[in-house]
Amino acid sequence: MTLVLETRALEKRFGGIVAANQVSLRLEKGARHALIGPNGAGKTTVINLLTGVLRPSSGEILLDGKEITNVEPHDRVRLGMARTFQINQLFADLTPIETLGLAISERLGTGTHWWRTVGSRAGVVDEIAELLERFRLVDVMQERTAILPYGKQRLLEIALAFACRPRVLLLDEPAAGVPDAERQEILATIASLPTDVTVLLIEHDMDIVFSFADRISVLVNGEMLVEGTVDEVSHDPRVRAVYLGEAFDG
Amino acid sequence: MSSVSRPLSAEIASRLITRARWSPLEIAFWIAAFATIYLFPEHHLILTEIVIWGLFALSIDLILGYAGIISLGQAAFFGFGAYVAGLLAKHGIMTEPVLALIASGLAAAVLGFLTSFLVLRGSDLTRLMVTLGVALVLRELANRFPQITGGADGLQGVTIDPVLGQFRFDLYGYTAYVYSLIVLFVLFVIARRIVRSPFGLSLVAIKGNPLRSAAVGIAVNWRLVAIYTIAAAYAGIAGALLTQTTAFASLEGFAFDRSADGLLVLIIGGTGYLYGGLIGALIFRFAHDYLASITPQYWQFWIGLILVIIVLVGRERIGSWLDPVRTLADRIGAWRASRRPRALGATPEGGGQP
Repeated sequence: MTLVLETRALEKRFGGIVAANQVSLRLEKGARHALIGPNGAGKTTVINLLTGVLRPSSGEILLDGKEITNVEPHDRVRLGMARTFQINQLFADLTPIETLGLAISERLGTGTHWWRTVGSRAGVVDEIAELLERFRLVDVMQERTAILPYGKQRLLEIALAFACRPRVLLLDEPAAGVPDAERQEILATIASLPTDVTVLLIEHDMDIVFSFADRISVLVNGEMLVEGTVDEVSHDPRVRAVYLGEAFDG
Repeated sequence: MSSVSRPLSAEIASRLITRARWSPLEIAFWIAAFATIYLFPEHHLILTEIVIWGLFALSIDLILGYAGIISLGQAAFFGFGAYVAGLLAKHGIMTEPVLALIASGLAAAVLGFLTSFLVLRGSDLTRLMVTLGVALVLRELANRFPQITGGADGLQGVTIDPVLGQFRFDLYGYTAYVYSLIVLFVLFVIARRIVRSPFGLSLVAIKGNPLRSAAVGIAVNWRLVAIYTIAAAYAGIAGALLTQTTAFASLEGFAFDRSADGLLVLIIGGTGYLYGGLIGALIFRFAHDYLASITPQYWQFWIGLILVIIVLVGRERIGSWLDPVRTLADRIGAWRASRRPRALGATPEGGGQP
């Protein structure tokens, strides 16, 4: 299999604090990889390093074998890497139609076209419609995002990452704080992702991790404790110690 | 994608088209604006002044209302455009006003592009100080080189040729007004096009959430550079219009007062819907005249009070006191849309699952 996303000895220090220490990740094409760890283990730091929001103190990041350590965040999106945020990061003044239209226009490279109206290009409208239906946003498609219910905002958060048509998708606790009804919807959508899309999932909820991932990395205090298959990780005594066994009794 | 219900696509397309369509209220606004040419022939001088203020405030709206860049130095570009237009005419370099106007706008755009990099980073406070500083520097440069700019006396001896070689600037300001109004309209149409384009949408996105904007692939800094440059051109053209319609340019063009009043005009009219600057200029001018006629010495007291009230009342969004008008416009738009054959017959939900 081909490696799609790889980090080599990635390190991030904030003053004296080491948030990520020698983190090495290897994601093969189509992988369903989960990154777990207790609160403050540095999971979000790793995502921020991967997406370029933070620059590493040392180490490298490779996408499709090419180094992207110093590539700007927006250029990484163009290279095929998209993310969702643990805390919704949306455009409060835009409607879902506009939000998705924007992301699709950017992906198609028409985001700088000032003479066109949004959605005048063939295919954009159909794609907006497809995403709105898939993420159950049709009934609120014309509301300002700021006034949408939390569950709908969460769906839009994920739809927005999908609109980038990523080859590598980083999901930062996608179901966090979502009511049960919509939770199943989100999980089903993630499960139905095309198999050639590589997914890195950060999650607290072990049920989600076990049902979704085929490989798991465990991050503790900024260091990679264990990496392996679901079976290996769930039977690893060190992991059990970190989690006090609670989630692994099944 | 084959599972998408066609009616939904059609509905979305019609919503996006409605978003870009001219509403009846807008059409009425421009008909009224052009009607003033015939309705108020004795007020052309004041109306020209209002148009120039409106265009200047529009330039501030492009950066503040859409991209969220706050500036106290937009006069830098206004003054620069004013002097470029004056010098082009005075030295006979480019005597045809329309061409000179475009050249002045381009010159201001170059200045805007060069200084845009200063406002990319930093907080609103940084931006306020940097823009203010740039305007002060330019003003002092103009003051320092009186052999070029005329210094504190202003640029004397400017004569403006007829527009397109046909329409001479007359004593009553008829040509000046018609010319300014047409320039405003053309620039307004372009600005309207810009803010409704994917580019304009990306500016609103950046204003709302720069982090997420980058995460959907938007090169945030370049978009800000672009709109700052465009807004500088607008301000420069406003300055050039002032020079061409008064045959004079002065250091006042760079003044802090002008930047601050421009912001004031925009906030009175409301930001982020393009008409704010135009309506604000109209209100500002008439409020000025009215208040000055009651209390010649203290009219600024009332302007100040009005400003405080507007900003406090429109807490959520500056200029939201005009919301009822906009809601009405939306209603009319929706009513018109509903009279067309409905695109969406079936219920949207559960139409087709992927």
